[in-house]
Amino acid sequence: MQDAHASRGPLSGIRVTDFTWAWAGPQGTLLLAMLGAEIIKIESHARLDHARVHSLAAGSVSPGPDESPFFNDLNLGKLSITLDLRKEEARDVVRRLVARSDVVTQNMRPGVLDRLGLGYEDLRTVKPDIIMLSSSAVGATGPEGSYAGYAPTFACMSGAVEITGYPDEPPSPLSGAVDLRVGTTAAFAVLAALHHRQQSGEGQHIDLSSTEVMSAMIGEAFLEYSLCDRVPQRGGNRDSAMAPHNCYRCRGEEQWLTIAVGTEAEWSALRSVIADPELGDDAFAGPLERWRNQERLDEILGRWTRERDSREAMETLQRAGVAAMVVHTGASIGKDPHVQERGVFDTVVHPRIGERAVVGPPWRLEGVDVRRAAPLIGEHTHYILEEILGLSREEIDRLEEAGVLN
Amino acid sequence: MTAGALSGLSVLELGSMVAAPYCAKLLADLGAEVVKLEAPGMGDPARRRGPFPDDVPHLERSALFLYLNTSKCGVTLDPGTETGRRIFRDLASDVDVLIEDRAPGELERIGLGYSRLSELNPRLVVASITPFGQTGPYRDYQSHHLNLYHGSGHSSPFHIPGPAEGRPPPKAGGYLGDYDAGLTAAIGTIAAVIGRAASGRGQHVDLSKQEAMMCMERVDIGRLTNDPNPQPRRMVGGLTRAKDGYFMVTPLEKHQWEALIHAMGEPEWSKADWCKDERGRLEHAAEAKEHIERWAANLTRDEIYHLCQAEGTPAGPVRNVAEVRAWEQAKARGFFVEIEHREAGTQVYPTAPYRFSKTPWAGSPAPLLGEHNEEVYCGRLGYSREDLARLAAAGVI
Repeated sequence: MQDAHASRGPLSGIRVTDFTWAWAGPQGTLLLAMLGAEIIKIESHARLDHARVHSLAAGSVSPGPDESPFFNDLNLGKLSITLDLRKEEARDVVRRLVARSDVVTQNMRPGVLDRLGLGYEDLRTVKPDIIMLSSSAVGATGPEGSYAGYAPTFACMSGAVEITGYPDEPPSPLSGAVDLRVGTTAAFAVLAALHHRQQSGEGQHIDLSSTEVMSAMIGEAFLEYSLCDRVPQRGGNRDSAMAPHNCYRCRGEEQWLTIAVGTEAEWSALRSVIADPELGDDAFAGPLERWRNQERLDEILGRWTRERDSREAMETLQRAGVAAMVVHTGASIGKDPHVQERGVFDTVVHPRIGERAVVGPPWRLEGVDVRRAAPLIGEHTHYILEEILGLSREEIDRLEEAGVLN
Repeated sequence: MTAGALSGLSVLELGSMVAAPYCAKLLADLGAEVVKLEAPGMGDPARRRGPFPDDVPHLERSALFLYLNTSKCGVTLDPGTETGRRIFRDLASDVDVLIEDRAPGELERIGLGYSRLSELNPRLVVASITPFGQTGPYRDYQSHHLNLYHGSGHSSPFHIPGPAEGRPPPKAGGYLGDYDAGLTAAIGTIAAVIGRAASGRGQHVDLSKQEAMMCMERVDIGRLTNDPNPQPRRMVGGLTRAKDGYFMVTPLEKHQWEALIHAMGEPEWSKADWCKDERGRLEHAAEAKEHIERWAANLTRDEIYHLCQAEGTPAGPVRNVAEVRAWEQAKARGFFVEIEHREAGTQVYPTAPYRFSKTPWAGSPAPLLGEHNEEVYCGRLGYSREDLARLAAAGVI
């Protein structure tokens, strides 16, 4: 059993006690799992990770806790133990696990774990160099520290949504990727803290604000406000300097191609492919003229793309050196020849869901992989208690009878 | 002052625009010593990209460059010259990490590829950040942010609300996908540095921006790839108009729905049967939306935000950057700081979304073009000032 859980990745030997749920937190520990860390997910039947049963934008996704594809995709390769944290003995199991862990991660509302006696100050008494990451909607400090949120509220409050979408439509609240950006940022922060511990022997607590994650990823917009005294607005697919710069309709239903021209060389390349004499007009002589007359430019490009298959148009333009790309709005990305040749998807076999294609690790690094499907709820309770904590059968039976392992 | 979490880590950056510079900025702001290499006279294209005050281009006054290059040293170097390549190798021999974003094969062709550099410095970690990675049929494809944002699955049909009929999906504002790539590269880089303690050697991190972005949208991509007919997306609440703009409300769980109803004053319609379970609420999502909109029409975004949060339902206002800057919570947390830059003056910068209890975030101004030539070339490599003048005259630095 132990060998099946061993890894060769750069974080092999690192153990994480993971209280996170929903989407953001689990994405962070998923990345750590891909890098070789052992992730022990603390779960409970009384308070299910809601990704096991439903989704913000799809409603119920699964009849029981072990059939959710969303949960699977966010929890690959982790171990699961069920513990009823309302019971002191369960909290004691947690403390013993933390004593054998390097990292603790959590995204409950600020204060919840502290009230259970499992806050950073408590846990550092059992593991002085523990690294603990707490992720919340707007951070654990400040007047709104207790406020809650989900990906759409983080994105809206950060400034990122206001600049996304068409100027004549409501702003676009982005997608579930916002949560995954929060988790990815958490993984980076944990790695930085692990590096510090490797150098100094010192652990620490990290307070992460999900809303600030998104603000930091539009940082230049804040600098524009400070430096240029201007509040950036949303502009659809247009750019503040480049033109052409848009999505163009291609042959077929809902087929689009993006074309973006940033330099004179790219403009010449575009003209070598799209031979429309109108492009020679003085109205398109330089970048400023093209930007000013981009609606007309879009019409000319649209005439050309409309007659063409999006993939063929992309290949023709790219051969000439033009940044053109198919818009993947559906399943097409899994069939893309480049994505296939790079082996971006991995296949995992889940005992209830069956075989499933999942997006694999985003880095090519030695020993980094996706090893297993997500755990069934409580799948590794006995393994963790026996192999990691060294409890006897009798002790485990007693915990089971006392309802500690629910 | 205490040192940052990544102090002691030395990094060389050969990056332009957003992704690679952001990767290096994340490390630099936490204390890594980053030396950024820029083309003599030209610099990182972000310097010419702006936005600029009064729209007047100036290499030292680009908002994009100033944000993405805090805490770095800046030197000029042309690796296209033989001397430039020698200097590059000397610098790379003595650092932990190289972050680069040149087209696949470009550094290899001039003798600065991973295999050559790792001979000189076996502990070196090289992160190569390119649109489509180092291999595969698209490795030489060109891409701007627009292309890859839509080319990596972020334009799924699941967005609520989607664009009007007949319009293509809009891209995210700014350079979100490039930030995704820089952040993801930073994780791979630090992981490789941590793993080096056991293995004793560095490695080459091949980071495809497309894959970093796909990983960020892995749930929706998983749905679309495995299920040819996914459930259409529905949502209770969502983006709603208030008196002074839009807000978001997401009453996902039962107690959050009840909290919203309580915040709304327990209106009569909320006693209908369909309100009692999640399925009914989803089926009547449009009706629920109308009721919420009617209630919200007389309230401001902030009134709704605090009212909903006090009752326990997640809600939040759509804010522009000026409003985020003025937000009390951001002020209380010190999320924004003033940084003084010699040419751009004192400006307000976002810091980072994480507060480490022991180690600081240590942002300092972005370098002027070639600002640290003397410090790095004379201090680190032992060149004299006369040498520098000669190198500058030859266009090497």
